Amino acid sequence: MKPLLEMRSITKTFPGVKALDAVSLTVMEGEIHALVGENGAGKSTLMKVLSGVYPAGSYEGEIHYDGKLAEFSGISQSEAVGIIIIHQELALVPLLSIAENLFIGNECAKYGIVNWHETFQRTEALLKKVGLSEAPGTLVDRIGVGKQQLVEIAKALSKDVRLLILDEPTSALSEKDSQKLLDLLLELKTQGVTSIIISHKLNEVRSIADRVTVIRDGATISTLHAKGEEITEDRIIRDMVGRDMAQRFPERKSRPGPVLMEVRNWNVWHPEHTERQVIRDACLTVRAGEVVGIAGLMGSGRTELSMSIFGKSYGRRISGEVLIDGAPVDVSTVDRAISSGLAYVTEDRKHLGLVLDETIQRNITLANLPKVSSYGVISEAEEVKVAEGYRKAINIRTPGVFQKVVNLSGGNQQKVVLSKWLFADPKVLILDEPTRGIDVGAKYEIYGIINKLVDDGKGVLMISSELPELLGMCDRIYVMNEGALVGELTAAEASQERIMSFIVRS
Amino acid sequence: MATETVESTAGQQDRSVSQYLANHLRDYGMVLALIAIMAFFQFTTDGTLLRPVNITNLFLQNSYIIIMALGMLLVIVAGHIDLSVGSVVGFVGALAAVMMVQWGWSIYLTIPACLFVGILIGAAQGYWIAYWRIPSFIVTLAGMLVFRGASLWLLEGQSVGPFPREFQALSTGFIPDLLPFIKDMFGFERMNGFAVVTGFVIAGLIIWMGLQARARNRAYGMVTEPMIFFVVRNLLVAGAIVFVSYKLATFRGLPNVLITMGILTIVYAFLTESTTLGRRIYALGGNEKAAKLSGIRTERLTFLAFVNMGMLAALAGLIFAARLNTATPKAGVSFELDVIAAVFIGGASMSGGVGKIVGAVVGAFIMGVMNNGMSIMGIGIDYQQVIKGLVLLAAVIFDVYNKNKQS
Repeated sequence: MKPLLEMRSITKTFPGVKALDAVSLTVMEGEIHALVGENGAGKSTLMKVLSGVYPAGSYEGEIHYDGKLAEFSGISQSEAVGIIIIHQELALVPLLSIAENLFIGNECAKYGIVNWHETFQRTEALLKKVGLSEAPGTLVDRIGVGKQQLVEIAKALSKDVRLLILDEPTSALSEKDSQKLLDLLLELKTQGVTSIIISHKLNEVRSIADRVTVIRDGATISTLHAKGEEITEDRIIRDMVGRDMAQRFPERKSRPGPVLMEVRNWNVWHPEHTERQVIRDACLTVRAGEVVGIAGLMGSGRTELSMSIFGKSYGRRISGEVLIDGAPVDVSTVDRAISSGLAYVTEDRKHLGLVLDETIQRNITLANLPKVSSYGVISEAEEVKVAEGYRKAINIRTPGVFQKVVNLSGGNQQKVVLSKWLFADPKVLILDEPTRGIDVGAKYEIYGIINKLVDDGKGVLMISSELPELLGMCDRIYVMNEGALVGELTAAEASQERIMSFIVRS
Repeated sequence: MATETVESTAGQQDRSVSQYLANHLRDYGMVLALIAIMAFFQFTTDGTLLRPVNITNLFLQNSYIIIMALGMLLVIVAGHIDLSVGSVVGFVGALAAVMMVQWGWSIYLTIPACLFVGILIGAAQGYWIAYWRIPSFIVTLAGMLVFRGASLWLLEGQSVGPFPREFQALSTGFIPDLLPFIKDMFGFERMNGFAVVTGFVIAGLIIWMGLQARARNRAYGMVTEPMIFFVVRNLLVAGAIVFVSYKLATFRGLPNVLITMGILTIVYAFLTESTTLGRRIYALGGNEKAAKLSGIRTERLTFLAFVNMGMLAALAGLIFAARLNTATPKAGVSFELDVIAAVFIGGASMSGGVGKIVGAVVGAFIMGVMNNGMSIMGIGIDYQQVIKGLVLLAAVIFDVYNKNKQS
């Protein structure tokens, strides 16, 4: 096997920061190569150098592709030789059809006039290759994220891809869709397509990658081979964070107290498709000092359940009762839910959790401004004190609280969102995918914060798509499927197999 | 713990002066642009620009634009736009004329009634925008047509006037010299002592408050501007205020509208920078969904922004009518464009969440001084429009360029 791609001691400097420091990466023809590293380690920068987003000359080092020195001055040049990147945030136009999206900028046209017949035929062939049976005329926003991801791959195939780069391809996918995608990658491999996959999910990396390169702080740490005994999750994690992780989840003594929050017979209908019931008769309890998990597949209604409880922020025709400390409370608007003692930490921090262009300090106080003001006048001094307190207490890595949150890494942004809700002083926190898209080190810190919360007598309801995380953190786990809570397991009873069996048997 | 805070962040503040300037280029740039534009016209008009009578005129001519810019800033920061304000100016002026001239109402009834009508207009438009989520561009475009038509209908196509003297004083009145002995003390023949003293007092207050804020920021380890900037900026501002008040004093003293405008500017600057209400409007404009999920009643806030805009547009309508001493169906035509341009020149962002009151006021002055200077120079209205358009475009390009460079 000969190398398809060799990146030799790539160094890329931004004003004041060395993002990449002599990074080398060798990818063999026909292999699946995983690129892992903490957020901010330099993975995306490296891929941008490769694809020509940062043109030749703006970095030091050499790229050899297919045996030749490659100097791309833009994406179109790297695409021309078959290097295609699929970004984490999909770049499809939602209101155009699959066929239109596949050939956008690359239309089957003559003299500017589109040949629809050919477009649809080619689309059908490509969709078949990636295992989709949708009609080519289907609008992209009508299909789920998982299928959209496959459309992206079909798009890459339409451009005669030789080296496919996927940036966190499964972070938004359910287990089933993820598996489908990974199978497709293996299938493409047999057809001679080389892939680089950037991922945080180490089990996936282990299951499909031939080799794994770990990047840390802008430098290559190691390249591990799947064939030998080398690739274990612990080994990868150790290389990623540069230290031995004694355990993935910090220790906590479970001491559940009295019931803090109770939800009774919660029913929610879909906001647009009004005949569709999204949540059916959900009943659950959260005790003081308890971490309660909700397991379930993507789309099972976990986020819908929590957002409908939190100020009716989702859905219509909501019925049911929420009790805090045994008394029914009004959660009909967000501010009432907050004053009843609830907080909801969203899974989508960029769109629903943060005002990105504002400072850390202003984001932290947003949900509880009255606490830092008197008669409606904000005391900025008080505000800074509060924000600085959280910055230190939960280790938000930033020089000061006057930084705009848009400039922070994912893990630090998540800590800002958490700080905001800690400052709102709730009794029960609903955490929706609290560690999505953040690196291993920050995850551990967030687990620590959660443990501290329940030690202080608060209740935590935690939604997560990562079963090991639920098993490692929760005292009790509800299993949700198709809008209903179909099972409940204590920490001692719970296992991945039992949770899955609840889901598949309900 | 507290001292540690100060130290850890103080280290970060030891930035070079040039870096500070780079980060705040927009804030200083706008003021420098205003100074440069004034210097340019002072030169090309042979000193006419800064004559006492012209300075007075500058305030009279631009007061209603500035007053509306205060409200427009809130609307734009909240992520919306209001195209109807020019028509509301015309409509409220017409309404006031009908009330006073045809119905014989006293001004003490007319003014509150007109302001209330402004609030109702703002509420009527804000209701659809906030609670029905109809785009503000559409709603206020409709409002622009409706109220233009309504003022034509009210006035039956005629001009109505003149108004009682006390109503005119709203715009063309001056604060009398409450301290007449001062001019005798210094042996001036014609000088409004009160105006000069007010100028000195305000200049002193600004410096004192600046020092206070600086000390407070230091104590809490916030980023403070380098001393040199602080000194130069405050000397410039204080000097300008003393200079202007002296000039005004040698003409007729402080115009009433200047007082109205000044007080409103201070109130709105305070509102946006230091209150929970202001903070929430920025959050709403910056990320509406996140604001909503933080317990902010975003609909009500949007509604209030338009109610406030309606009230300020009504006030501007009264002032404009008082200045012309007649209500005409054409009053206020295309004011909305001047107001919106002032806010954008002042650094507000079309997508919401960004913008400052002081910026909007400086932006309005930039437009105002250019209008005034070019008119004195005798430049035709055709060229004036072209130049103003290019200045607006340049200001926004400068913004976008700066933003791109930072990220």
